[in-house]
Amino acid sequence: MAKAATANRRKPGKSEAPASVLSLEQLIRCYRDMLLIRRFEEKAGQLYGMGLIGGFCHLYIGQEAVVVGVMTQLRPGDQVITSYRDHGHMLACGMDPRGVMAELTGRIGGYSKGKGGSMHMFSPEKGFYGGHGIVGAQVSLGTGLAFANWYRGNGAITATFFGEGAANQGQVYESFNLAALFKLPCIYIIENNKYAMGTAQERATASRDFSRHGLPWNIPGEQVDGMDVRAVAAATARAAAHCRAGHGAYLLEMLTYRYRGHSMSDPAKYRTREEVQRMREQRDCIDNLRALLLAEGVAEARLKAIDEEVKAIVQDSAEFAQTSPEPDPSELWTDVLAEES
Amino acid sequence: MGTVILMPALSPTMTEGKLARWLKREGDAVRAGEVIAEIETDKATMEVEAVDEGTLTRILVPEGTEHVPVNAVIAELDGGPAAPAPAAPPPAPAIAPAAAPAPAAPARTAADFTAAERDWGPMRVMTVREALRDAMAAEMRRDPDVFLMGEEVGQYQGAYKVSQGLLDEFGPKRVLDMPITEHGFTGMAVGAAFAGLKPIVEFMTFNFSMQAIDQIINSAAKTRYMAGGKLGCSIVFRGPNGAAARVAAQHSQCFASWYAHCPGLKVVAPWSAADAKGLLRAAIRDPNPVIFLENEILYGQSFPVPEHPDFILPIGKARVEREGTDVTIVGFSIAVGLAMQAAERLAAVGISAEVINLRTLRPLDIGTVVASLRKTHRLVTVEEGWPYAGIGAEVAMQVIEAAFDELDAPPVRVHGADVPMPYAANLEKLALPQVEDVVNAARRVTYR
Ligand SMILES: Cc1ncc(C[n+]2csc(CCOP(=O)(O)OP(=O)(O)O)c2C)c(N)n1
Ligand SMILES: [Mg+2]
Repeated sequence: MAKAATANRRKPGKSEAPASVLSLEQLIRCYRDMLLIRRFEEKAGQLYGMGLIGGFCHLYIGQEAVVVGVMTQLRPGDQVITSYRDHGHMLACGMDPRGVMAELTGRIGGYSKGKGGSMHMFSPEKGFYGGHGIVGAQVSLGTGLAFANWYRGNGAITATFFGEGAANQGQVYESFNLAALFKLPCIYIIENNKYAMGTAQERATASRDFSRHGLPWNIPGEQVDGMDVRAVAAATARAAAHCRAGHGAYLLEMLTYRYRGHSMSDPAKYRTREEVQRMREQRDCIDNLRALLLAEGVAEARLKAIDEEVKAIVQDSAEFAQTSPEPDPSELWTDVLAEES
Repeated sequence: MGTVILMPALSPTMTEGKLARWLKREGDAVRAGEVIAEIETDKATMEVEAVDEGTLTRILVPEGTEHVPVNAVIAELDGGPAAPAPAAPPPAPAIAPAAAPAPAAPARTAADFTAAERDWGPMRVMTVREALRDAMAAEMRRDPDVFLMGEEVGQYQGAYKVSQGLLDEFGPKRVLDMPITEHGFTGMAVGAAFAGLKPIVEFMTFNFSMQAIDQIINSAAKTRYMAGGKLGCSIVFRGPNGAAARVAAQHSQCFASWYAHCPGLKVVAPWSAADAKGLLRAAIRDPNPVIFLENEILYGQSFPVPEHPDFILPIGKARVEREGTDVTIVGFSIAVGLAMQAAERLAAVGISAEVINLRTLRPLDIGTVVASLRKTHRLVTVEEGWPYAGIGAEVAMQVIEAAFDELDAPPVRVHGADVPMPYAANLEKLALPQVEDVVNAARRVTYR
């Protein structure tokens, strides 16, 4: 257990080909799931621009490989929890795109009946525990989900996602200590997209390597190329095996990038257009996987068919989200407390 | 087959914007994702990316145009609206726009300000946002121990652009960007204040002050007492409080009654730009910890503010914003605007309402309220927060204790619904007090 005390360094961009934990068919599935998130988020951006979605709306575009790669290694009964940048996680957990989009438009057909919005959706059936708006809060909550698995001895593990900005919060380290004390089966996944709103990582964190942040408690960590779904899956496989074997928590720092603003109202003056353009053109997780699949001999027609399928799902969810009625005014007063049974 | 480009909504509170610049000309080819124009909102200049590709055939809104409403057609691609923009009909009328326009501040004349306060001379109209910035700048020029710290206050110029320009003027030692570590940096600020510095701590919103509330209450508020007066802290905690627009339960909450509950704190909640400027200056100079509750929706509203370089307002004094004889309506922050609008509507039906802007919630200027009740004998309180142990409850109880015999009707509280804030547009509207609710409450207490 505590043997894995040193961070397992796997630098991104190195020639080392990610261990192939995914079959070609699984990779095709990943392509579909990432594309679904991308197209869904683009549509959400459009609906926001038309005033159909209000408030904060944090898009996941650019980071799709992280959650999709992680999900390849989770099983039914495992749990997922994340921040407000949550649409991708919900789709990857298998939640219904209609219900997610309708929550974005604040309609009764949404996962929270329109009461939670973009940042707050939940689906315990699919193992998804939200959508949390307070930066860092989900890290302790995810630790608690893992605690329940430990308490019950049910073999399930928890994937707790948070940003590199959130990784500065004190409760993250309180959670690490707790997870290490009790050997809780929790994978902490830092989605390092380089910015917390307008603050670049270097301006907020004095350490340079988040994957080492669990070391004082002997929580092993890895830095992973989060733009490559194969690398994400391979690292998650190691992390999951560690957790399932009862060795306690594991930390994965996913090096990734968000293409869009922090939320819709971000003037994005803190980075250059060239930087964004470079990531999009050279590192895009979907484009690169597509090229790989074609090189592996997957027929272009098959990928085209996936593009069409995804487009249709997104279109359908957008239509549903615009036609589902607003919640009944009586909904204002429901769900504050559990009804006595 | 062509399509149209619409004026996008770029923030939760945006209803219109200025089309600052076209980066494409008529006849240019446009790729999806390419920047085609720049739009200025009240907060920021934003780039607009094309959603579709095609040829820009017509620009309908020339650059430099101000007040372009969200969803207005600003240009046509490939000959125009053969097909409406991306598969999306205009929003159904049943849906409220992303952000309902904030109620316009009633126009006030300089004469309005002379009644209760010293005459500070000529006025200039400015936004609440500018007034707050000017107050901080003025105090930072005056006292080198004053500094501003918080998330995105420096390079980003403030998440809500309140600290615009301060980094340029005062440099990175006095305008400090913080990582997302509210509990830690609040404790650090309180410690620095123990050592005699005068921090202004900006919470991106007061919702995040809950991460730090232990340091605010246990360290900042109680130390002077625990030390028998030997040690205290002069510190301001400020930021937007209360509901914004469509940001749901964790980002829409009024902390007025939370903080006002605690001895050892002063709690200020400005409404107008003059309140904001005068009271923030006083808060920064105050030797005590001051909670300064702003409101995001008010940031863009304009009011006259005295130009006098020494303009300052006293903490602990309410202001009669409008005189009347039939009913006293007491509010703070954005609720004062509601009360003013309600008073206008009540006047039309022959009810003369006096509107009191509390300005400070702790200490509460109950004297001004009681003086008003000696005229009107009827009390309505208005707040966006929850009713339970709220500011309205406190005002009403203090009135009962101080002047029970003056009341001719039981006081009525107008307040936010006693539920977490819902996201859906229709439910959010139901959850927040509306002008009509204030009007109805006033009619109830006047039995008219
Ligand atoms: C406690 C708290 N402080 C501040 C905020 C405002 N805020 C929302 S997201 C964010 C940046 C978070 O960045 P990061 O953790 O890197 O996640 P990312 O948005 O990049 O996914 C901030 C400061 C908040 N929601 N909660
Ligand atoms: Mg980040």
